[in-house]
Amino acid sequence: MTHTDISSEPHMHLKADMTRLFHRKRLINFALPLLLLSYLTYVFFAFDVPDLWAKASWKNANTLVSDSYSYKTHVTRDNRNGEVRVAIEGERKGAYPAGEAPAWVALGETTVIDLQNGHEVIFGPETIRYTIPGYGVVRATPSRSAGVQAELPAGEVPEWINASKNRLSITTDAGRLTITRNRAEVFRYFTGWELFFFTLDSPYHGMGPVALLQHAAQGEAGAIWDAFWNNKMWRHADVAWAMGETLLMAVLGTFGAGIVALPVAFLATRNFMPLRSLRFATRRLFDFLRGVDSLIWTVVLARAFGPGPLTGALAILITDTGTFGKIFSEALENVDQKQIEGVQSTGAKPLQRYRFGVIPQITPVLLSQLLYFLESNTRSATIIGAITGGGIGLLLTQAIITQKDWEEVAYYMVLIVLMVMVMDWFSGWLRRRLITGETESANG
Amino acid sequence: MADLTAAPTQTVEIRESYLAMTQRKRVYGAILLVFFVAMMVAGFQTADARNAGGFWDGITRIFDYPTEVLSEAWEKASELPGHIAHFFPALIETLNIAAASTLFGAMLGTVLSLLSIRGLARWPRLIPIFRRVMDICRAVPEIVIALVLIFLLGGGPVPAMIAIAIHTAGALGKLFSEVNENASLKPVEGLASVGATWIQRMYLGVIPQVGPNYVSYALLRFEINIRASAILGFVGAGGVGYELKNAMSWGKGRYDEAAAIFILLFVTIVVVDQLSGILRDRLTHGTRSGAQA
Repeated sequence: MTHTDISSEPHMHLKADMTRLFHRKRLINFALPLLLLSYLTYVFFAFDVPDLWAKASWKNANTLVSDSYSYKTHVTRDNRNGEVRVAIEGERKGAYPAGEAPAWVALGETTVIDLQNGHEVIFGPETIRYTIPGYGVVRATPSRSAGVQAELPAGEVPEWINASKNRLSITTDAGRLTITRNRAEVFRYFTGWELFFFTLDSPYHGMGPVALLQHAAQGEAGAIWDAFWNNKMWRHADVAWAMGETLLMAVLGTFGAGIVALPVAFLATRNFMPLRSLRFATRRLFDFLRGVDSLIWTVVLARAFGPGPLTGALAILITDTGTFGKIFSEALENVDQKQIEGVQSTGAKPLQRYRFGVIPQITPVLLSQLLYFLESNTRSATIIGAITGGGIGLLLTQAIITQKDWEEVAYYMVLIVLMVMVMDWFSGWLRRRLITGETESANG
Repeated sequence: MADLTAAPTQTVEIRESYLAMTQRKRVYGAILLVFFVAMMVAGFQTADARNAGGFWDGITRIFDYPTEVLSEAWEKASELPGHIAHFFPALIETLNIAAASTLFGAMLGTVLSLLSIRGLARWPRLIPIFRRVMDICRAVPEIVIALVLIFLLGGGPVPAMIAIAIHTAGALGKLFSEVNENASLKPVEGLASVGATWIQRMYLGVIPQVGPNYVSYALLRFEINIRASAILGFVGAGGVGYELKNAMSWGKGRYDEAAAIFILLFVTIVVVDQLSGILRDRLTHGTRSGAQA
């Protein structure tokens, strides 16, 4: 009896253990998702998501999306003097010279605007006519005394026509016509980014790549480049400078932090710094630099240095000095003492001991961390630039604030993403070259 | 005999070529160093020239602003606890943005990383696409998405949350993928042999292996996201950053509020840093001690 008791006891224990384990697992499996769900429900209401749905502006979304890949050309008639002007996006930078117009606009006593697919707007001396296929002809006569007198085809007014005493607006797939007392305006939409290469005042506008190459071969390459580089609409030169500034912030900040942090990191290590108080103070300094966060550093530095790339670079430098200090001091604590002793045994002075005994050991960690942060700081530099005002971040915020240059926003976004991806690839490549290359040569 | 006479000349040759090599290496190193220093100096000068205020002028004034803020806060020290209590809900909002975006980002990152494991992916042909998606998500700075979403949705925590979540999905997705590469295939094969579906194989075969590492990375990301959500608040996405911007743009007279927010932010970052450090340590080393016990 006692024998069986002894042998069954561990079994019972094991069984009880397993039951408990299963019980716990089951509990976790249900409790964890439940906890997650209840937290998300809390956040859902804390962030006022139901209200957000009502607040969201679908009109803005529509403008944003359509504007980011298309542009519109405005044909505007001043009703007071009958003058007709054509401008891309209605901006002065994109205006056609007086008396000139794209092929689909025939200027004259009566201006005929072809909106394709049978849509046609005619600016007569008095009356404006819009021929809409499948609907009819809309006539409108603006005058100072009587407002806008519209004559619509018989029947119910469709919802895409908005007519009142002083205003008529018609929105169709082909374009948009707006008439007020003082002016009549037609928008025609095109796909693409307008005037991306050359503005209208450049002689190279509208030339195909072949014709451009011919001109370049005839010695106009400099002029062509100049026209493109100083494009008033897209400001390629400024954008390139801004990208350069952002990269500069990242590079200066990262490597500057590395240079500052390396010597100071020795003070925070157990094996190189016998003084406990100094070690403690250095470590707390690193924690402080890291804890204050780049946002606060940016704000404080912007007060002293004003907006610009230097402020951004210093903000990155200070924050990362804390981070690097921590990482480097940890790496320094893990160095192999034997190499240092070996160097020392040849009669090396302290500085030489550090140079030949310590630095080679931590170089891989150092380089890989620096390069890793270089990539992530390219992104930070964009963000800091948006706050302090420097680099591509500034251009981006400026373009967003106008709330209409979404094609530029899209362009900058593409550039930023490409820049970060290129930096990511470059730092990865360099890391592999420098670090694995080094171990290979050490083995060989 | 001939060998004996040949040996010394060989040693001399070796010695000479070795010395020449070290010499060359030293010269290259020096050139590289000079080049690097020159680039840094030139870069610094360019940055200095394009900055609104100069470096040597600004360095003397670097403590002006903190002193101003701190002295005003010191004068009104009795109001500081009140301010801290007042801004505490904003801090909670910032933390919520960070937590929710880390959660969503981790979920999306998990799915993306599981879909791009070599040999285990649901649709092996689509692996490059999922990887590119992760790369792009990772490359987009949060502020870009946040600013666009603020235009669409109005200011508030949700644009910031979405923006940070997208970036987090990319960043965590990459780290998770690296963890997945090291997961053992045996449990997955076992599950496959009993007819488990892809989701079951992932949930029961891969996730338990990589879970602790996932959580550890997600905690690290949470720390980073707190900072990010404070920054996004500064451009209008709610939370403590928004309050800081308001207090700062007001200028003198509300510096005590700015100081209170500085303190809140600093303490939060340090506390979360420490807590997640301890937790991460337990996650990566704790399991080992648990197995020993």
